[in-house]
Amino acid sequence: MSDNNTTTKAASVPQQRDAETATPLLQVKNLAKHFPIKGGFPIRRTVGAVQAVDGVTFDVNAGESLGLVGESGCGKSTTGRLLTRLLEPTAGSVTYRGQDISHAGRKQLAPIRSEIQMIFQDPYASLNPRQTVGSIIASPMEINGINPSGGREARVRELLEIVGLNPEHYNRFPHEFSGGQRQRIGVARAIALEPKLIIADEPVSALDVSIQAQVVNLLQKVQKEMGIAFVFIAHDLAIVRHFSQRVAVMYLGKIVEIADRDSLYLRPRHPYTHALMSAVPEADIDVVKKERIRLEGDVPSPISPPSGCRFRTRCWKAQDKCATEEPPLVQISGNLPGHLTACHFPEDPTTERTQDIILDPALVALEDEPAGGDKA
Amino acid sequence: MLLEVRDLHVEFHTRDGVAKAVNGVNYSVAEGETLAVLGESGSGKSVTAQAVMGILDMPPGKISSGEILFKDQDLLKLKGEERRKIRGQEMAMIFQDALSSLNPVLSVGEQIGELFTVHRGMSRKDAKAKAVELMDRVRIPAAKERVGQYPHQFSGGMRQRIMIAMALALEPSLIIADEPTTALDVTVQAQVMDLLAELQRELNMGLILITHDLGVVADVADKIAVMYAGRIVETSPVHEIYKAPAHPYTKGLLQSIPRLDQKGQELYAIKGLPPNLLRIPPGCAFNPRCPMAQDVCRTDVPPLAQVSETRQSACHFWKETLDAR
Repeated sequence: MSDNNTTTKAASVPQQRDAETATPLLQVKNLAKHFPIKGGFPIRRTVGAVQAVDGVTFDVNAGESLGLVGESGCGKSTTGRLLTRLLEPTAGSVTYRGQDISHAGRKQLAPIRSEIQMIFQDPYASLNPRQTVGSIIASPMEINGINPSGGREARVRELLEIVGLNPEHYNRFPHEFSGGQRQRIGVARAIALEPKLIIADEPVSALDVSIQAQVVNLLQKVQKEMGIAFVFIAHDLAIVRHFSQRVAVMYLGKIVEIADRDSLYLRPRHPYTHALMSAVPEADIDVVKKERIRLEGDVPSPISPPSGCRFRTRCWKAQDKCATEEPPLVQISGNLPGHLTACHFPEDPTTERTQDIILDPALVALEDEPAGGDKA
Repeated sequence: MLLEVRDLHVEFHTRDGVAKAVNGVNYSVAEGETLAVLGESGSGKSVTAQAVMGILDMPPGKISSGEILFKDQDLLKLKGEERRKIRGQEMAMIFQDALSSLNPVLSVGEQIGELFTVHRGMSRKDAKAKAVELMDRVRIPAAKERVGQYPHQFSGGMRQRIMIAMALALEPSLIIADEPTTALDVTVQAQVMDLLAELQRELNMGLILITHDLGVVADVADKIAVMYAGRIVETSPVHEIYKAPAHPYTKGLLQSIPRLDQKGQELYAIKGLPPNLLRIPPGCAFNPRCPMAQDVCRTDVPPLAQVSETRQSACHFWKETLDAR
């Protein structure tokens, strides 16, 4: 926190900020968030819970980028909000630099708030349309009572320059900027206090293809030059692979596989990871067409997730054991250290496959007879 | 040729001036063929499709010139009633957001069945049976039980299947799909795209697939038209465009996809922003962002040059672009 008062150019801040690299910057243990569902008449009571996040464990090291991928509803955004303590966890703990912040109060959180920042998906909704760009970017400094020497305005101009915007646009309003430029404003706001950790929730998915690359490059520059750790939440596997050194795959509130980038993308073990990778359309026509895994239907409801392994209802390798016993997230034999998989019957560590796996009971049902009891 | 769009110009009259959304677009689709129209937001890809469908908001929109030939008949010369007949039966559209395109207070069966009662004069009972048949066809499990359910009871992928069922109901000869999978998850995207491609083959329909996703295009399209600032900048059979783009914009798009061998490095990014349609730059609209731009690009609008028998590129330096890879 002490270095927040300095006006050193962000670019020149070296990564000496964290000498205690031995302990991870952020430790997450068995983190869970259940949203209650209210119902009943005349007395409203809790009738169930959406188990959005249900026991995730991972670490984020200083200066590292961890990717969080999964389909909508898998709990990746909720996890992001728990890490920034925009939400309070139902169970489990979030430890930031040795301090448990999972149930910390407003006062306790105040000093940490400036070190953990967030970049949101929608650059239209996340900027106040009635505030000028200058006051948007300056507000983190105002809230935290930071007065950089030279004044806040000078610092804002400097930040605008870092993110590749014209410092002269200080007094403009968000509507005068395009989507990509607005996202740059969001980035400037997030780095204004020189945080140690940024949670980026789908930072480029609302942007056009040609602009996505620009913003990814900006985030990468910020990460490298300022030594900021990132939790990069996205559904685009290619961008996550590009940006994150480590990647965690989430499914229905749980992490099913976590590994170093190369290990995960080249030697995935969990069937769901295999399915995700094979579903990505290949833009490179020279690549020999990979065989496809087509998953049945949709993700089950997080209100009553399947017993045992949550992926078993869509998994082609599922057996009885999967329904009764939840697979632990462990290092399976043959995997590199740090490559953890939660599966009883993991796939071979390769992305090549010899035949299509088609898993669509409706399709099978159509071919046999017009039946099919599956309720998606 | 099933559909031929000739030199179409569409503009929008706004308070700030005239926005030229479509500036001379030519494309054609044959029966059983898939044309992918690729472009970023504001490139005019959806506006062109809306003009073809006849659902453009006029005003503020205005088709200032051009022809839209559907089975050799100029749609722009038809009267309202005749046009509506073609729109309902001969061509159909699938939208990006299935939830907002379905009526939330009618069951999906009623919405699909409506097509048959209105256009085919069927009884409600027959129409419902037809609806079940169509839901089966787009592989909605337990169609018979679910025909009475409402849109909110279906997942995103299922809703998009219902949209496809509605589009197919009257067996049109042309389907326009505007970003049909953009709002869906990757595993569901693949299901929906496969379904659409399969049904298209089966019914030998023409398909215009509007998208910004290069990956989706590679899988299903026969040919591709890349749009920028209301013009087609490149047309080509799919395979050739990926191997050797003939326009710097296409090339830039392809290069900005993250690749395995360059992880962690800086991504190639097209500099700058798409142009404001109120003030499209003179000459080639892409020139302020183009790494190859020369003086001629700032003054002369490049014509669509014939690159090969099947390919065209609207670039003064298409030869250099092709060679420079």
